[in-house]
Amino acid sequence: MSSHTPATPGVYGLMAEFDTPAALLEATRKVTDAGFTRTDAFSPFPIHGLSAALNFHERKVAPIILIGGLTGLAAGWGLEYWTQVIDFPMNIGGRPYNAWVSFIPPAFELTILFAAFSAVIGMLALNGLPQPYHPVFNVPRFERASQDGFFLVIEAADPRFDLDKTKAFLAALRPREVTVVDE
Amino acid sequence: MQQTEYSPGDIRIPAPVLEPGHDYRSVTDKLVSIVLTKNTPLAWFVATAIGFFFLMGLMVAITYLLLKGIGIWGNNVPVGWAFDIINFVWWIGIGHAGTLISAILLLFKQDWRTSINRFAEAMTLFAVLCAALFPLIHTGRPWLAIYWLFPYPNVMGIWPNFRSPLIWDVFAVSTYGSVSAIFWATGLIPDFATFRDKAKLPVLKKVFGMLAMGWRGSARHWHRYENAYLILAGLSTPLVLSVHTVVSFDFAVAVLPGWHATIFPPYFVAGAIYAGFAMVLTLMIPLRKLYHLEDMITMRHIENMAKVMLVTGLVVVYGYMSEAFFGWYSGSEYERFMLKNRVYYGPMAWSYWLLMLCNFIVPQLMWSKKMRHNTLVVFTVCMFINVGMWLERFVIIVTSLHRDFLPSSWEMYYPTFWDFTTLFGTIGLFVTLIFVFVRLLPMISIFEVRMLVPGAEPLPPSDEEPL
Repeated sequence: MSSHTPATPGVYGLMAEFDTPAALLEATRKVTDAGFTRTDAFSPFPIHGLSAALNFHERKVAPIILIGGLTGLAAGWGLEYWTQVIDFPMNIGGRPYNAWVSFIPPAFELTILFAAFSAVIGMLALNGLPQPYHPVFNVPRFERASQDGFFLVIEAADPRFDLDKTKAFLAALRPREVTVVDE
Repeated sequence: MQQTEYSPGDIRIPAPVLEPGHDYRSVTDKLVSIVLTKNTPLAWFVATAIGFFFLMGLMVAITYLLLKGIGIWGNNVPVGWAFDIINFVWWIGIGHAGTLISAILLLFKQDWRTSINRFAEAMTLFAVLCAALFPLIHTGRPWLAIYWLFPYPNVMGIWPNFRSPLIWDVFAVSTYGSVSAIFWATGLIPDFATFRDKAKLPVLKKVFGMLAMGWRGSARHWHRYENAYLILAGLSTPLVLSVHTVVSFDFAVAVLPGWHATIFPPYFVAGAIYAGFAMVLTLMIPLRKLYHLEDMITMRHIENMAKVMLVTGLVVVYGYMSEAFFGWYSGSEYERFMLKNRVYYGPMAWSYWLLMLCNFIVPQLMWSKKMRHNTLVVFTVCMFINVGMWLERFVIIVTSLHRDFLPSSWEMYYPTFWDFTTLFGTIGLFVTLIFVFVRLLPMISIFEVRMLVPGAEPLPPSDEEPL
């Protein structure tokens, strides 16, 4: 929320509701093509191609998981090496202290464990969740976004945003209705 | 599945994964109404009460165990491992189908997984819970087990032996339980948002609102969500294969005839999937009827699961054949004796042939499409498999142990009342948890079923972005 258009205090943006995923996808493309950048689309299930239509191509989740997995591997291996070789070496059945073959299964399991937790925590953190409040919830119809409604929002913070002109632009995309989202 | 390959009316046309006539709204309303209602079916109370009764039996059995020690069980020398490990392996195996359905079938883009994955994942979680109970209580003194099982820094300065498969098992099972739990919880987030928006009671709105964590279905959020979910599936796939492999190492690494066989890892993994699918069907067939979910859990699901059962069942039978072959081909007197003792002249030979009946002969009914379409037959076959997979572990564990290398230490094994109370008690725990879950949470993933509604995929799959 760095730059607000002075003419629209207290307004988060404009929301247009569509009936089908195809209509939302089409409208999102047009909004992106028109040069709007502070936009978001909401749907009750993932629609393939929608994030691309918003020009959103982030790939941060996978590297986070890789780092998590490697941390798990190092932690598992380190635990085994330190306990079995350094802290309390024991001769069990004449096997070497650093019995690296036997160390594979626990190290593997910890790799998966750390990677899985970093996947979920990383995804939630990038999404900014948990988030107790968001202006879109001020629109009563928005409860349909978790059921059967498809919504498109242009934020007032967008440099091209102008309450009347943007409203007319959204109305031309043939939505069910266009609503002002209070901040 | 291309339906166009067949002419109309052809018997080979697969049933749809979602009966036609549903839209986003009807799917949502139907699945939400199972939970957000004041009308609980009578059958739910009956089933939960039965489960709860046996759960109380488990409480008594564990209390008595902690008072008296594991002497109350039938375990002896040489059968030092009996019901405790049989039940452990049985339960952990049952869990495997959940991960297979939710992870492996996702990677293979099988759309029929969608309406059964949530339920199967919950089943996994509860089965792992039941399984995890046994390593804890079989120590007799679970309050000490913390440093026997986990690398806990204790005053004696000793650590578990990481060269032993038993400690691998601790890591495998605890990782499996944790990863299954977060996989399940991640899948629930968008459905919690639906519940938040549908709930009328302010208290429920608040509770589901907190659980949904402010999920609002943003396209950017879905993008990251799908990335994370797909990679979680990719991580769970090797994990689930590793868990039963490690469980099988508990046996295969020992030198005991009947355990010491290289076929064990694949044979155990196949057996786990076999048992798990049987359990999913055992629970799904009555629940589908009770909650009138025939339009979402269609004959396609039942048939596909029956087919997976048939295939994994045959892999398991291949395992039995290999075990017998290994015993004979080894040329070892002990291995050959074990085999003959197990199959025909031992006092436990009945269990081997009962196992063959349950796991080999009866499931062959699933070759017939007619039989696969009769839910009563499928249910009965699944009950045979549930029993059969328990017997398999009984055969492997008890018949191998009770007559080992030294005839002077041979001993018969007889389970006691407390062994059975504990076994049926965990079944009670499982049934109770399943029914509480069905009552409180969406047993079918609502947002994923919406994706099966025609028109939910405006783009052809080839236009999808790579990860």
